[in-house]
Amino acid sequence: MSGFISRGFRGRRREDAPEGRVPPGQYLTDDFPVLSAGPTPHTPLEEWTFEIRSGGASVSWTWEEFRALPSETVTVDIHCVTKWSKLDTVWEGVPVETLLERVDDDSPYLLAFCDGGYTTNLPVEDVLDGKAWVAFAYGGEPLDPEHGGPARLLVPHLYFWKSAKWVRGFELRNEDEPGFWEQNGYHLYGDPWKEQRYWGD
Amino acid sequence: MEGTAVLGRLTWQVAQVTETRQETRRVKTIALDLDDWRGHRAGQHVDVRLTAEDGYQAERSYSIASAPEQGLELTVERLDDGEVSPYLVDELRNGDGLEIRGPIGGYFVWEARDMRPVFLAAGGSGVVPLMAIIRHRIAVGSSTPMRLLYSSRSLDDVIYRVELDQVAANDNGIEIVHTLTRAQPEGWSGYSRRIDNDMLREVAWSPSESPSVFVCGATRFVEAVAEGLVGLGYDPRSIKTERYGGTGG
Repeated sequence: MSGFISRGFRGRRREDAPEGRVPPGQYLTDDFPVLSAGPTPHTPLEEWTFEIRSGGASVSWTWEEFRALPSETVTVDIHCVTKWSKLDTVWEGVPVETLLERVDDDSPYLLAFCDGGYTTNLPVEDVLDGKAWVAFAYGGEPLDPEHGGPARLLVPHLYFWKSAKWVRGFELRNEDEPGFWEQNGYHLYGDPWKEQRYWGD
Repeated sequence: MEGTAVLGRLTWQVAQVTETRQETRRVKTIALDLDDWRGHRAGQHVDVRLTAEDGYQAERSYSIASAPEQGLELTVERLDDGEVSPYLVDELRNGDGLEIRGPIGGYFVWEARDMRPVFLAAGGSGVVPLMAIIRHRIAVGSSTPMRLLYSSRSLDDVIYRVELDQVAANDNGIEIVHTLTRAQPEGWSGYSRRIDNDMLREVAWSPSESPSVFVCGATRFVEAVAEGLVGLGYDPRSIKTERYGGTGG
């Protein structure tokens, strides 16, 4: 803390903010703001696949095969680096470990790739053990294209840009190579509780 | 990808307010002076942090309105249900301190060395980072063709109106096209509807000229413009978008 006081600022604290659930620098919203760097892609489900690339090999699922995998309904809090947080959001998706079980690869990192060219990097340990899903429904409805449909990554314990919209697969890697926002000034890891927003945070 | 944002930690610093200017009824420009400002690129934003006497803090992001050559100015729209913007627009005055850190964002940025024609589409206060691009182009004497299509509710809601009129009158390769969606003054000969595909076809560069595109506004505006341009044959990768969620700011 710098000790600086903004003259005349009192703030509008939300009384309903539950303790311990809103990370530093965040505010609660009931809306679901949309943020993306370019136009919303619209890939037909017949053309959609989810692919995991591991070395020279790859495995992939069609939409039908993907939707036939066991899925979970989860209620999580999400935190966007642009400062909003939204509590108790309900998603349905396939746990990422269900997908990764299909490949024999112990690479420590992955790069998620998406329609529209977006990428984001993650340590593999951050997407295992019930920490991440490939989500296809939000609030009981199919995921809207604006919010990343037909399917997006959901990694709620990191800033929400890590929950890549329009995700189409993972590339497993030995090095933690920065993805799209990570090359453009944003933190390599993005823990909201440590306020890892930007380079050097 | 254009990954050349600033390196090193962005620390909080207290800027001094040197001037405030009312742009429209709801919009104000705040000029800031900082001891240690590393400079910015046209299109970037800063984080602003307000601290109450009891230590309570609120943070938001605001686009930079000034060209890199012009120091640091923010333009802020007052959101009635907001927490930070009413303070910035109603309370903050000359001589006050304002805690900021930045500049932030390495993608929604225009570089003067990029020679492609530029199409800018602004909805409401989404014009702010696009104004930084226009001002930067003028400040460096670039001759890159630029067109701004700017959607406002009424003439009184047009931010930077006088300056934009001057820019348009100077015939320096920057064209400004307004559309007024709710109210038009008598004798208005410009567009008077929300941006649609016909308007984009008339105003935007032909896709064959490989323009670069910056779209900024509320989500519905950005979706409509970006999808319209893709429909006209624009390369989706040439379209950069930034959205004003308009929530709680």
